[in-house]
Amino acid sequence: MSKTKLVVAGNGMVGHQFLQSIADSGQLEQFEITVFCEETRLAYDRVHLSAYFSGSSAEDLAMGDAEMYRNWGLNVLTGEKVSAIDRDNKSVTTDKGTELAYDKLVLATGSFPFVPPVPGHDRQQCLVYRTIDDLDAIAAVAEKSKVGVVVGGGLLGLEAAKALTDLGLETHVVEFAPRLMAVQLDDGGGAMLRHKIEELGVKVHTEKNTQLIDDGENHFHKMNFADGEVLETDLILFSAGIRPRDELARQCDLETGERGGIVINNQCQTSDPDIYAIGECALWNKQIFGLVAPGNQMAKVAVTHLIEGSGSFTGADMSTKLKLMGVDVASIGDAHGRTPGSRNYTFIDEQTEVYKKLVVSEDNKLLLGAILVGDAEEYGTLLQYMLNGIHLPEFPDSLILPNRGDDQQTGLGVAALPETAQVCSCHDVTKGDVRAAIDGGCCTIGDVKGATKAATGCGGCAALVTDLVNHELEELGIEVNRDICEHFPHTRQDLYNLIRVEGIRSFSELLAKHGQGHGCEICRPAVGNILASCWNDYILTESNVSLQDTNDTFMANMQKDGTYSIVPRVPGGEITPDKLIALGQVAKKYNLYTKITGGQRVDLFGARLEQLPPIWQELIDSGFETGHAYGKSLRTVKSCVGSTWCRFGVDDSAGLAIELEDRYKGLRAPHKIKFAVSGCTRECAEAQSKDIGVIATENGWNLYVCGNGGMKPRHGDLFATDLDKDTLIRYIDCILMFYIKTADRLQRTSVWMDNLEGGLDYLQQVIINDSLSLNDELAEQMKQVIESYQCEWKTTLQSPEALKRFRHFVNSETSDDNIVFVEERQQIRPARLDEKAELIAQPIKMVS
Amino acid sequence: MTSSTHWTTVCKQTDLVLDSGICALVNEIQVALFCLPSQDAVFAIANTDPFSQANVLSRGLVGSLGEDLVVASPVYKQHFCLRSGRCFEDESQSISSWPARIENGNVEILI
Repeated sequence: MSKTKLVVAGNGMVGHQFLQSIADSGQLEQFEITVFCEETRLAYDRVHLSAYFSGSSAEDLAMGDAEMYRNWGLNVLTGEKVSAIDRDNKSVTTDKGTELAYDKLVLATGSFPFVPPVPGHDRQQCLVYRTIDDLDAIAAVAEKSKVGVVVGGGLLGLEAAKALTDLGLETHVVEFAPRLMAVQLDDGGGAMLRHKIEELGVKVHTEKNTQLIDDGENHFHKMNFADGEVLETDLILFSAGIRPRDELARQCDLETGERGGIVINNQCQTSDPDIYAIGECALWNKQIFGLVAPGNQMAKVAVTHLIEGSGSFTGADMSTKLKLMGVDVASIGDAHGRTPGSRNYTFIDEQTEVYKKLVVSEDNKLLLGAILVGDAEEYGTLLQYMLNGIHLPEFPDSLILPNRGDDQQTGLGVAALPETAQVCSCHDVTKGDVRAAIDGGCCTIGDVKGATKAATGCGGCAALVTDLVNHELEELGIEVNRDICEHFPHTRQDLYNLIRVEGIRSFSELLAKHGQGHGCEICRPAVGNILASCWNDYILTESNVSLQDTNDTFMANMQKDGTYSIVPRVPGGEITPDKLIALGQVAKKYNLYTKITGGQRVDLFGARLEQLPPIWQELIDSGFETGHAYGKSLRTVKSCVGSTWCRFGVDDSAGLAIELEDRYKGLRAPHKIKFAVSGCTRECAEAQSKDIGVIATENGWNLYVCGNGGMKPRHGDLFATDLDKDTLIRYIDCILMFYIKTADRLQRTSVWMDNLEGGLDYLQQVIINDSLSLNDELAEQMKQVIESYQCEWKTTLQSPEALKRFRHFVNSETSDDNIVFVEERQQIRPARLDEKAELIAQPIKMVS
Repeated sequence: MTSSTHWTTVCKQTDLVLDSGICALVNEIQVALFCLPSQDAVFAIANTDPFSQANVLSRGLVGSLGEDLVVASPVYKQHFCLRSGRCFEDESQSISSWPARIENGNVEILI
């Protein structure tokens, strides 16, 4: 069967979702796909565009990826757009003259920002806010500007205003309507939002009709309003709504709406069944959907229809919840109470600046809409009431009135939700999907997030999803036993708190007070690790020694043949030639296999147990310390050379890396921890793939948290931007100690954060806002660990008792004759079994 | 057990590491010795881990699995019974064990 020729015009967020959906369906083989992308950049996240000015790079925002598209077998042409469609011959022509035949054509051309035709609107330094190129232009003008005006006080306009404040401009918002966010909010909500935003330093001007823009006296522009007032500014940003990009449809006579938009049916087909339109360019039931979620739904419908001939788009809920300049704002359903007979409940708290409104049906039984400003915590619950037609409680106002601790349950029980209830709108995950994931074996919130993507978009549904997961597990009769093992009826977190609070310093004491049996290879190292995190005693004291895994016991990493590898600490990857020579001399003397690690250190393999002490004596004499490559502890802080040498570096990344590595070396944690520090946004140290990543900016340091490589790679999340060094270190102190306090055994920071209810937001609350009033305690605990650091190898070499175990036989000076090496690429490697049989004249006596 | 077995002194009691293991060479055989003070007992099993063929069981962590006293291989973590050498994950990979005792400050095994 020949492949269907599929042409996709547009590679924005929705165009990308369309391609992603085909890939997800496993049907890429069916198609020969060509994608035209007008911008030179592949699809990126426009919703979070303002993050570009608060630390995120174009790469952070990227969604499409050239390599991924190539793997999918797509032919993607960037910087090229379809300029004409020939429906009779079923072909398209591009602005570069390419002509291409199609069997099916998908228009995902998006929209363009509407610029009101005010005289002067096309002056220099009048810009729009839609693409990354627009942002670069804004940044360039902002550099020589003091004042900026956003025309339009809607959702996008306020996002744009945030961008201007981030750029350090005195920011004004000019709105034609009497209030901000006129579509989503009523007068009360708009007024509260205005008040809060003005407190943040943005000046809001409503009911302003701009009539002329001309030269200013003190600034570049002067805006003249219909009421005679004027406003001078250096930069004007138009954000007065969007208009669908439907010019291609008009040119080839597809049906379009009176006010623009390509008319589509429920299958997202235009008036020509071989041409689909999706996203902001499409007009469904006389509506344009200017949000990404409905666009994504259209993309999925179009894909299903293409492949299976089924699927339909039945409209989308336009409810939204967002944070505008740090202010929570949400609007649900019929927020304006346009339904005949509808009634309102309103709650206004001018003290904490909260506005909440419910719109309910005439019979007081159904929720029709809601507005929340200043506190949008109830958004998830209210949305479920509205979407699923769930009957309201007897007193609906209880849903928005503050809970004064009288134990009144106002939240919606997850049991009440129907199977089809959408719990995560970003990824269209229903209650049924979550149930299916649990039936499929997911037992934690982290598992469910991984399997369904629920709560991984805006995160607004995290609390709801957690409730749902717990409820479903309970329903299934699954008691999630989080006891660490059969010897302790406690979780790791419980054990940590018991050890801290009761000041327990040994395993035997803990076992006697809180456990049973003899312990095992699960609880012994876990307790050993917690004791080290809390008290940082020498790990090979008589009471600690039986808790350590072989790697910790011998402070080296056991390899498959029973030999060990050795990794001395090389802070920040910076090493003097003398030290490098010393490493080489030791490796040569003991004939060790030598390899450079990913963490910018040197790993020496093939040391026998009895060789470890003499090797370490030489390393310590040469100025090395133990590298803790064997422990669940801080490993390395990788770095680039930074501003000291690099033409592009903006700060001394190597210097900071060394300082951080020296600060946290020896810190034991639930799992290994890796850091990196990059000297600029080129990110040569790959800090975003580390548990703690630091990137230099012009104004300080950006901190990324909870990334990792390994089996399930994950990029770190941007935690805070432009920090000075003291704040940075304070945050890292507290984050690490909070991780040590609350994580499960062997849980990397990424999974830990995914399992924190509220995820990144919650962690920021705890650390940046000190919401648990815990930071002083955490910082003090870290201080104790830092002050009690010792090089474990140095201590061991001074302890005859500890050295006792560093020999293979207690009663013989001979070595283990089962360890045999052969040469490969000029170095040793362990011999394979067949090689051993040949090499050992006398067959080894192995008793099993 | 053949009639030729007899109690052989392997090392001193003070060579033992409490709640942990050491390795001794007895008649060219590598023997892992474990000392559990709570049981007031010493145990002797083969030192070779049958799964990795490495001579490392003396470096495993000791503990209990239900009623049984065990050591976990430091390589791939299978459990071996300290009394019988039975492998809990795969009985066909069970290993040798020998009676052990402390006499006059010396560790002896019946081998």
